[in-house]
Amino acid sequence: MTTTEPIAMLEPVEDRGGVAQPLLQVNGLTKHFPVRGGLFAAKRTVRAVDNVSFSVAKGETVGIVGESGCGKSTTARLLMHLMPRDDGDIIYDGMTVGQSLSLRELRRGMQMVFQDSYASLNPRLTIEESIAFGPKVHGMADGAARALARELLGKVGLVPANFANRYPHEISGGQRQRVNIARALALSPRLVILDEAVSALDKSVEAQVLNLLADLKREFGLTYLFISHDLNVVRYISDRVLVMYLGEVVELGPVDQVWDSPGHPYTRALLAAMPSSDPDRRTEKPPISGDPPNPIDPPTGCRFHTRCPFAEPLCANATPKLTALDKMGHEAACYMAIPGSGHSRAPGEETA
Amino acid sequence: MTKLVEISGLNIRFTGERTVYAVNDLNLSLGDGEVLGLLGESGSGKSVTLRALMRLLPKKRTQISGAVNVMGRDVLAMNDEELSSFRGQTVSMIFQEPALALDPVYTIGAQIAESVVRHEGKSHAEGRARALEMLDIVRIPSAKRRLDAYPHEMSGGMRQRAMIALALACRPKILLADEPTTALDATVQIQILLLLRELQREFGMSVIFVTHDIGVAIEICDRVAVMYAGQIVEQGALRDIVRTPVHPYARGLLASTIQGAKRGARLETIPGTPPSLAEKPNGCSFAPRCAVAQPRCLEQLPPNVEVGPGRAARCVLAEPVHV
Repeated sequence: MTTTEPIAMLEPVEDRGGVAQPLLQVNGLTKHFPVRGGLFAAKRTVRAVDNVSFSVAKGETVGIVGESGCGKSTTARLLMHLMPRDDGDIIYDGMTVGQSLSLRELRRGMQMVFQDSYASLNPRLTIEESIAFGPKVHGMADGAARALARELLGKVGLVPANFANRYPHEISGGQRQRVNIARALALSPRLVILDEAVSALDKSVEAQVLNLLADLKREFGLTYLFISHDLNVVRYISDRVLVMYLGEVVELGPVDQVWDSPGHPYTRALLAAMPSSDPDRRTEKPPISGDPPNPIDPPTGCRFHTRCPFAEPLCANATPKLTALDKMGHEAACYMAIPGSGHSRAPGEETA
Repeated sequence: MTKLVEISGLNIRFTGERTVYAVNDLNLSLGDGEVLGLLGESGSGKSVTLRALMRLLPKKRTQISGAVNVMGRDVLAMNDEELSSFRGQTVSMIFQEPALALDPVYTIGAQIAESVVRHEGKSHAEGRARALEMLDIVRIPSAKRRLDAYPHEMSGGMRQRAMIALALACRPKILLADEPTTALDATVQIQILLLLRELQREFGMSVIFVTHDIGVAIEICDRVAVMYAGQIVEQGALRDIVRTPVHPYARGLLASTIQGAKRGARLETIPGTPPSLAEKPNGCSFAPRCAVAQPRCLEQLPPNVEVGPGRAARCVLAEPVHV
């Protein structure tokens, strides 16, 4: 470093809840989008996110997987308060946003990295200006903010002297995504939401960025919410995982449990749909047929029943609740996992 | 095995605001009934190579040299009329984004029928009958009703099936597939891959399949060619390349795969980024990122070394095998 004065970071939002308090608690999060039809057409709604609840412990990485239209990105945007929610609570370190925590404080405590590295940077700002922008808004002096920006560029593996004064279009996609990560870190957040942050990158670059994310997590004590459609990446990076289908969480639990003994038929289908890695053991049969249904007016009951090979009449009637499969926090929303649910494959009711 | 496609010494350069040496000294062949994968990262020249085979590149801004022979005919020398009968009947293509490749103002049935009428000189009624048959072949449910559907009325997976039906309507000998499953959801991708595998066997056609995803290549290809910076750095049977890659780039690409990596363990990476291609490469394009590069790597293009039966790598360190 050539500067003599120490680089100041913004003070992170202080840890008020202690170790046991989850950094993020989400209860009953719901977002419906009305769809405009014709004058006399029935009113229809996209149930983008429907009664989603989960929590993220401090220092944990939680993955969200699902196909397009399952509501994973909408969930991220709702958490960041980039759009208003219809219902539900978002509690950051024990504090409810809008009551004991201002939106301004929340944005410092929680930052997001988006999939499109180019669209998420201002093309008229240099990289240094983009990274320094947030800290300046939060009251840091210009010189200090620029020094911080250069420091962070170094942290994400970009030599500040070569990159600070360049514009987003002058660098590659992988480098841009590193800039976006540096910008997210500039406000000293404790939680970073990564929404398909490595999906647009080439495989060899993706591996570099995943290594970087692991280093930064260690160095800054971060907590990640990692959203992706790529099951391999989610398995690699996450401690726990949520599987979403058409706006609902159908399964959640520690990543190994979910992978080794998936409790929901959709999770099983998703895992079986991954291309093989062995030329001698190619996939012989598609696990399920058809496309995911339109999230406008999704199927009643269990939303997966239209594609599920085990569906029975009761599945179309009412939505199964997330039910514990073991004592390690592995839960699935399927009648086959609920003892005494009436599904022919359900386990018998326990007599205890 | 007879060769349906023979490409030798292909160079493609885009001119205009910037010059890009997109493909450099590329040699490739495709056998009868073979599925060949072009595997590479973005900008490696795989899609450009595919488009050159059908002469789909913008005429004014593209300079092509070398030889492209398809079933004994010189594609680079064809005039517009010859090209128009060549496309669709001999060679056909499917694209990544069916929503963009299909015409939004015509129904699926009309588009398929049109290509049959144009290429085979059949009547409109025969064209429609073929369209219905094709929609059945690609397993679109209630095909009869779907004939009159517009592309926007179909889901992503159905649209991709419709595009496959359109591409195969005139029974081409060769199908070019440009990342046809990349934009699809996981559970749909595997359905389309298995459908393509089945149709390839049924129709006995040859396929060139462009992808960046090794898993996808494993599901569908017999042989793969790994591309880097506009060159094929290694080609051979899928099994050999997946199990024992020779070229350092192919090795790095396969090692950086995340599948099966242990949580918390560091991933293998290839340091650096691909070159800009603004200049014609004089040496090995991968040398600046290569862990085992030597001074001679930068002096000239490395030779294409035969490292096994039907298998070659462009690396000075590759051990030649005499068979």
